[in-house]
Order: sequence, then C-alpha cells, then structure tokens
Amino acid sequence: MTTTAPNTVVARGLIVLLMLMTLLPFLSMLSAALAPQGSYPNGLQWPSDPQWGNFAKAFEVARMDQLLLSSTLIVLGVVPVAVLIATMAGYGLAKLTTQKYKWLYLVFVFGLTLPFEAVITPLYYEVRALGLLNTRFAIILPLIGLYMPFGVYWMRAHFLNVPQDLSEAAQLDGASRWQEFLFVQVPLARPAIMSLTILLFLWTWNQFLLPVVLVQDPMQRTMAGALGAFQGQWGTDIPLLCAGSLLILTPTVVLFLAFQRQFVAALMQGAVKG
Amino acid sequence: MTEISSSAPRVSDTTRRLPLLQGSRLTAWLFIAPAALAYSAFVLVPLGMSLYYSFLRWDGIGKARFHGLTNYITVLTDADLLQIIGNAFQLVLYFTVIPVGLGLAVASVIRGQMAGRFGTATRTILFLPQVIPLVAAGIAWSWMFASTGLVNQTLKAIGLSSWTRGWLGDFVWALPAVGIIGAWVLLGLCTMLLVTGITKIDPTLYEAARLDGANPWQEFRHVTLPGLRQEIGVCITVTVIAALASFDIVYISTQGGPGITTTVPGLEIYRLAFAHRQVGLASALAIVLMVLVLITIAPVQWFTRDKK
Repeated sequence: MTTTAPNTVVARGLIVLLMLMTLLPFLSMLSAALAPQGSYPNGLQWPSDPQWGNFAKAFEVARMDQLLLSSTLIVLGVVPVAVLIATMAGYGLAKLTTQKYKWLYLVFVFGLTLPFEAVITPLYYEVRALGLLNTRFAIILPLIGLYMPFGVYWMRAHFLNVPQDLSEAAQLDGASRWQEFLFVQVPLARPAIMSLTILLFLWTWNQFLLPVVLVQDPMQRTMAGALGAFQGQWGTDIPLLCAGSLLILTPTVVLFLAFQRQFVAALMQGAVKG
Repeated sequence: MTEISSSAPRVSDTTRRLPLLQGSRLTAWLFIAPAALAYSAFVLVPLGMSLYYSFLRWDGIGKARFHGLTNYITVLTDADLLQIIGNAFQLVLYFTVIPVGLGLAVASVIRGQMAGRFGTATRTILFLPQVIPLVAAGIAWSWMFASTGLVNQTLKAIGLSSWTRGWLGDFVWALPAVGIIGAWVLLGLCTMLLVTGITKIDPTLYEAARLDGANPWQEFRHVTLPGLRQEIGVCITVTVIAALASFDIVYISTQGGPGITTTVPGLEIYRLAFAHRQVGLASALAIVLMVLVLITIAPVQWFTRDKK
C-alpha cells in the first residue's frame, strides 16, 4: 500500500526470478525429454527435431496406465479410511473427552515428528507376518496408521473451535452423538476435511519409502515408488528418464492446477499446523 | 479395555438423568478406537519393536541375540555413522538456512504485492515443488547437475568452464548439491508462508518505525522479524525435519555416494536393515534419529511459539 513504484519493480523482479528458479529444472527436463533417445542432450536447449514420441515410448515402458491404476487404488484405500477415522477421533477427543483424557491426545501427537524411517524395519517384519508383503495393503494399512498423528491433530483442532452450543442444540433436538456427528458436525467440518483429504492424497501419491521397502513389483506401488524402479532401469537414457519423470508428475500437477486454490490453502495450513 | 466394559452400564444409568451426557464415555471410546487401533498397530507397536530390535544382534532371519547397549555405542562412536549423522545436520544448513533466509528477504521486499492474478500465478508456481514427488525433484536435479546439465552449461556460458564437474559424483560438492535440491523444494513453501505472515503484521507498526526514523534494516530487525516469529518457527520446523529425515532425494540423486559423503541416517537405516541385514544396528540408528529430530525441534518450538 505504502510502497512506491521502484520498490514494486524490484519486488516483482525478485518474484519473477524466484519463479524462474522454480521452473528451470522442469524446463531443463522437458528439453532433455525431447532429445533423441539414448543421446546425451545439453542442459537447456530446444532440440532441432523434438522427439515427442519419447513420451509415448516412456508411457509404454513405464506402463503408465497400470501405474495410474495402482496409485489410484492405493489412494482410494488410504485416504477415505484415514480421513474418516481421523475425523471421528478428532471429534471424540475434542468434544467427548475431558481434560482427564488429555494424555490420549498427547499419545497421538507424539507421532507428529516421527520420521517414517524410524519404524520402517519393524513394519517390514510386521507386514510380512501378516502375509501382506508385496501387496498394496502393505502400503495402505501402515500409511493409515502413520497419518493418524497428523489427521487427529488436524481434526481435533477444528472441532475445538466449533461452539459447544451447537452440540447442545443437537442434543436437545434428540440427536444421538452419532447423528450429531454425521448430520451436524461433519457437514460443518467440510473445509477442514477437504484440506486433510488433499494433504493425505499428496502424501500417499508421492510416498516413496514404504513402496520401495514393502513392495517389490513396481506395478503394485505408488507412482513415486515406481519412478524409483524406472530410474533404476532407464537411468542412463536421459531423454527417456526425463520423459518418464514428466509423465509421472503430470497427474498431480494437473489436479493441482485444477484445484489450485484448495491445494495452496491445504499446503499452507498443513505446514502451519504440522 | 476392562475399564470400558465395566464403566459402560454405569454411564447409561446416569444418562437417564442426564440426557446431555448420553453414553458419553463409551461413545467417546468408540469414536476414538479406530484411529487408536490403526495408530497402535502401525506406529506404536513398530516403534516398540524398533526399540526392542535396537538391543539385539540380529540378521533378520536367524536367531537374535541380546546385545545390550552395543548398538547404541556403535551408533555414537563409529566414525562412519557419526559422519552420516553429521551429513544430516549439514543438510539442515541448506534445507533450512537458504529457504528461510531467501524467503525472509523476498517477503520483506515484496510486502503486500501478492494480490491479484500475479499473486495467484506466483503461488501456483512456487508450490509446484511441494506437489510433485521428491523423487521427481531428485531426478530433475540429477539432470541439472549432470556433466552436460544446465548447471555446467551455465558455468561455461559465463566463462567459468574450469568450475564444471559432475556435481553429484564429487566428494566435496555432492552434499551441497543435494542440499540445493532440498532448498529448491522448500523455498517456495517457506517464501509463501513468510509472505502471508508479513501481511498480518499491523501496518501501523511500520509507519511508527518510519516516523521514528528507522532505516530499512532496523525496520526489518524490530518490526518484521518479531512479527514473523511464528512463521519462522514453522519454516524451521518443517525444513529441519525434512533435512534430518531425508531419504527420497538422496536415494535417487546419489544413493549416498560418492563414498558416504551424502549418506544420511534415513538411507543408512534402509541399507543396514535390508542390504547388510544388521537389523539391531539399523534400529538403534532409527531410535537415535527419532530422538535427534525431537531434541532439535523442541527448542525451535519453544522459542517461536506464540507468547500471549
């Protein structure tokens, strides 16, 4: 508001520079992806004869259609369940328990900063004992548990801010706690649930450690996990690797661009709360 | 569990008199149980197992032997493992200092410039690294740092051909290069958090500072920095965890090499447990990593929380 014109120019210039720095790796990947297959392209250089066919080839060798399906199945296995039970627990901890049960909440938030690496070894033996190694459940079930600290923290924070009068009004109308939850609280919690859904979707889709350790077959992994295998196989063919990587990051980027506002809001709040 | 079943009838007795507390305790448990179950099964139990394994000498297949504190002593005295832990803290310098420093610089210069379509475009682009898998960021930057990649191409273009090298294979430069990847991933998020935070600072504080004849540095020091304390705390917390618990970027870009110059605890846990079959040592390192994250984050949280 009080900034003068030259200041605006400097500010915008700085921002544009920052945006360029963010975009450069993507542009560099795109230019490499269009170079002839098996060649050693140069950093950033529009090829004289762009090989758009590299994308088709990468789609085929990475078996992108199957990867998309696999990632979608994993996301569908994780996100609805995790969001539902985190919402229930958040409501339970915020509205149904007294100070006496604070410890229960503390046990949940204890896991907030836990690195996944800290439990990956026992998870391997646990999942193996359950007979789930190399299935998508090996990724789905642990992720639901691993998301609970954040999910419960997130939803409890939301429900703490809902006025108590609302619950009382619902109770007076004869609603049970479950009815109140389903018909009063959940509809009101939609923004919080939406943000949590977006965050858990992103974290699941991009999950790398669990698929790498728990699932051998790249086709049963997440997109990110499969990208690791793809790199192992085609790491020396830079144009193909770049084309494959770009393909693999396309679905989330498309979703992100479509729901830009919601994604940004979720990521910002996610950082602040997490 | 026994507590629930024994208390349930009592609760329903009282509810007849107090309809507002209808079955409250049992209901509370039912709401919380699924999350608690998932959390216990896949976090608390594994964490307990990790702790248990950390006292064993075990190859993951044969008979495990009790090993006392030996694994912990190894983690805290072995030169290689200490270097690996040190690498993680060096990454903090890149993952944290660059995004927070640059973010602060940008935020204080562009105060109130993020409205309208320009702001939306900025937000969208700066958040891209947060949306793509870290693995993809690792691959993109491996290519940037490759011998024919953009970094070397730029150096040649500005006449610094002698500086070119295979960055990720260089014993001195590989770790900073990995650090740059993390900085790139986190820069946009930190910048946007700080930019948003700065718009919440009361503009009259800036006017007052100006009336008092404060120069831009003093303005930054006495108005912007204190006003952004919480946001800075958030950025430091997020980025420090990202650095200490890093795995994806390192696994993809360098696999920990050359030598162990870029190996981080996350990668070493994976390697020890699944390649070298030293489950006990891997678990001890895992517990140490968890504790390191906690004791690094705790003071940040304490210093930057909102003191009302």
